[in-house]
Amino acid sequence: MRIRTASDLSQWAEHVRKREANISIQIKVCGGAGCRAAGAEVLRDALIQAAGEQQRKIEIDFDKCLESDANTFIGMTGCQGLCQAGPLITMNGELLVGVRPKDAADVIRAASGEISMPARLYYRSNPGGTPLKQKSEIPFYAHQELLALKHCGELLPQSLASYVHLGGFTALFNAFQKSPEEVIDIVDASGLRGRGGGGFPTGRKWRSCVDASKAGDNECYIVCNGDEGDPGAFMDCALMEGNPFVVLEGMIIGAYAIGASQGYIYVRNEYPVAVSRLRKAIVMCREAGLLGDNIFDSDFSFNIELVRGGGAFVCGESSALMRSIEGKIGEPTSKYIRSTEQGLFGLPTVLNNVETFACVPFILSESGSRFSKFGTEQSKGTKAFCLAGCVKHTGLVEVPMGTTLRDVIFTIGGGIQNDRPFKAVQTGGPSGGCLPAEKLDLPVDFDELTQVGSMMGSGGMIVMDDRSCMVDVARYFTRFLLGESCGKCVPCREGLYQLHTLLNGISKGIATKRTLDDIELLACEMKKSALCGLGKSAPNPILSALNNFRDEFEEHVNLKRCRAGVCAGLTTFVIDETKCTGCLRCKSGCPVDAISGSANQTHVIDEQRCIRCGACRQVCPDDAVQVAK
Amino acid sequence: MILRIDGKQIEAKKWDTILSAAKRNGISIPSLCHHDALENVGACRLCVVEVKTSSNGERKLVTACEYKVAPHIEVFTHSEAVRRSRQTTLDLLLARAPENKLLLDLSRENGVESTSYSTSPDANECILCYLCTRACEKMGCNAISAVGRGQGKSIQPPFLTVPDACVGCGSCAAICPTGFIEMIDMPSKRVIWGKEFERAKCESCGAPLIPVAYREWAIANRELPEDYYLQCQECKRKELASKFSGLGVS
Repeated sequence: MRIRTASDLSQWAEHVRKREANISIQIKVCGGAGCRAAGAEVLRDALIQAAGEQQRKIEIDFDKCLESDANTFIGMTGCQGLCQAGPLITMNGELLVGVRPKDAADVIRAASGEISMPARLYYRSNPGGTPLKQKSEIPFYAHQELLALKHCGELLPQSLASYVHLGGFTALFNAFQKSPEEVIDIVDASGLRGRGGGGFPTGRKWRSCVDASKAGDNECYIVCNGDEGDPGAFMDCALMEGNPFVVLEGMIIGAYAIGASQGYIYVRNEYPVAVSRLRKAIVMCREAGLLGDNIFDSDFSFNIELVRGGGAFVCGESSALMRSIEGKIGEPTSKYIRSTEQGLFGLPTVLNNVETFACVPFILSESGSRFSKFGTEQSKGTKAFCLAGCVKHTGLVEVPMGTTLRDVIFTIGGGIQNDRPFKAVQTGGPSGGCLPAEKLDLPVDFDELTQVGSMMGSGGMIVMDDRSCMVDVARYFTRFLLGESCGKCVPCREGLYQLHTLLNGISKGIATKRTLDDIELLACEMKKSALCGLGKSAPNPILSALNNFRDEFEEHVNLKRCRAGVCAGLTTFVIDETKCTGCLRCKSGCPVDAISGSANQTHVIDEQRCIRCGACRQVCPDDAVQVAK
Repeated sequence: MILRIDGKQIEAKKWDTILSAAKRNGISIPSLCHHDALENVGACRLCVVEVKTSSNGERKLVTACEYKVAPHIEVFTHSEAVRRSRQTTLDLLLARAPENKLLLDLSRENGVESTSYSTSPDANECILCYLCTRACEKMGCNAISAVGRGQGKSIQPPFLTVPDACVGCGSCAAICPTGFIEMIDMPSKRVIWGKEFERAKCESCGAPLIPVAYREWAIANRELPEDYYLQCQECKRKELASKFSGLGVS
């Protein structure tokens, strides 16, 4: 069916609404990466089997389900958010957590009203708490504000009908009722800034591209950056997998605004699900006349080509990304001339991140004026974050800009696992930094984070407790960047190697007092002289760790001690006899048999034999294994 | 266009980079990866200079080889920030190739005696300046390129095999600033990138010439006459001289 007008859209949505009413059981299994890893696909198959055994008429393709007499739909959505409690299921609007394949029969029976839903499948704040059925009752969800991720987890990402049903493409139609110039004005006025990390005002970027392409009488391109690669970040992945249409809609609006007839979406090769869903979505949009020639019967034509990345982190950097699309080696080039003037194939190019494009349809929708009601003076709207690390509720969240780190980590994230003390939060991935407890009340927006030496980045947020060593964290990110540096310019290629060597020295206990100064000096020079944004920001994890946790670095260097018990050469584990109950857990968990003692007797670690792997500490229920002072 | 470099008023053309404008006006800026005949890549970061734009008065480090001149900018080629940056870069490069004469000379000129860093285990004298790959590309062969990433990056033929596309012209070896690319010329053959090339012989005196493959490639791809390089320079000169003497020119 070809969409020509707004009424085509509303009729289609109405049609879906009517047909959907016949489906009495709708089970949506979370297909986010976390839940898939926890066995969501096996669970879905078990649900289908159980429904079949209970004589339900099942359909697993939403589009087919609408046109058949099936009364049960079982399908997979994108990420539903609370990865920690996966696999998740949304069943007729209720959220079920930690569902196992063996629960499948009960779930189907409860869905058809034969029994009541086993209470164990509902979320509880604590083991004895009240079971909560609705997302709005669960603190993790209740404090979020979903704009970009609005339909993620609800929408069926392989069905255009599902997207249209949820109001999809009405924003595009709205945009088409305005002139391109007006669309840019609206985006500009919304205060939307690039979600990829830099935070450049999107409207201004679009306008300068239009100006450059008019001045040179050139064509221009629009490119979507889906090469998300920061450790601990999966927002873009969740969006592309969970709602590919909103990304495409944002791109089409952008293309209309700047007058591009060709767009590219560059997706990380390690995201095969995102690649296949986007490809499918592009085909469906083309068939519906939402991509291709004469969109909405206008004289505007636009196509999108999907390009798979080559597996290099650096290709997320704009100039490297464009070179990669051009078929060249994905290495950055100097950006003394902006890509809005000379970008892809030397022509004016707008490059925006997945999440930025996902915000655009909301801004152009009926309720678009709400966008700038969220956020701070300089950072409007909301931002998606991936809560990872030692936090109770890991998962995908979206909060208004300006929400404090404390709210994100403690209110939404539920605090630190096992109620251990909070130590640091790493934001902005390898280009960002670690912030200590003193910065917890910092409102999260582009400028505040930059000011304290971290970065918004794409939105990874890794929470660390007192068992994380800041030297080790700095070493980890440096090691990551060392492996990902393209090697083109000297400061990044050789500098990262030397920084990593120096950090290794600290964690091995062979560093001298000068080492910290050497690190700082080299890091500062790298920031100034490296070629691209990746190299320029590569020393950030080290510098921020040094700024905020200098005493810990000094302790490593001067006292040869790692208080977190991570750096093997500087750690001695001892068992606190006042706490040890002699449960044998550590003894059986030790890979080198370094722990002696029988049941109900205090265990002892043989320091000579111990390899400092920390396995005993992980398994001890009484926190009796401690780092020697 | 007028700009200021180190306090001096400099006349520059609009297509100039800071490096080319400075060079023409006798201001020296060190560089390793720049070559007048090749596209700039900004890899070595040695030609960094400080630029102050009139818009906000902020001073930033840019590579002189890539930064296009603009009116009213002020350039500092030897400021403290520039000196520190160059020293760090040279210090890092020396850790990669501690014995290299070119680097040692350049470092000493810039106040670095030896590297303060640990030398990397797989250190070699290739400083990844990309002059060879750019020269090869410019020649039209594209027989070598940078392979891998980070510290482990190296200049290699495709799939680390003997390069099919190489015609043995030797441009890469000739342009390599550190002498890392090895080319062996013997009377009968030339060996480079693990590939052997038979050398053409002067049809008059039998002296070894350029590789046969290169001669044939050049004739086919560069619109050169069929008799290109059939003789050595010396014989060619003699033949020409005898022709002239036959014409009565002395």
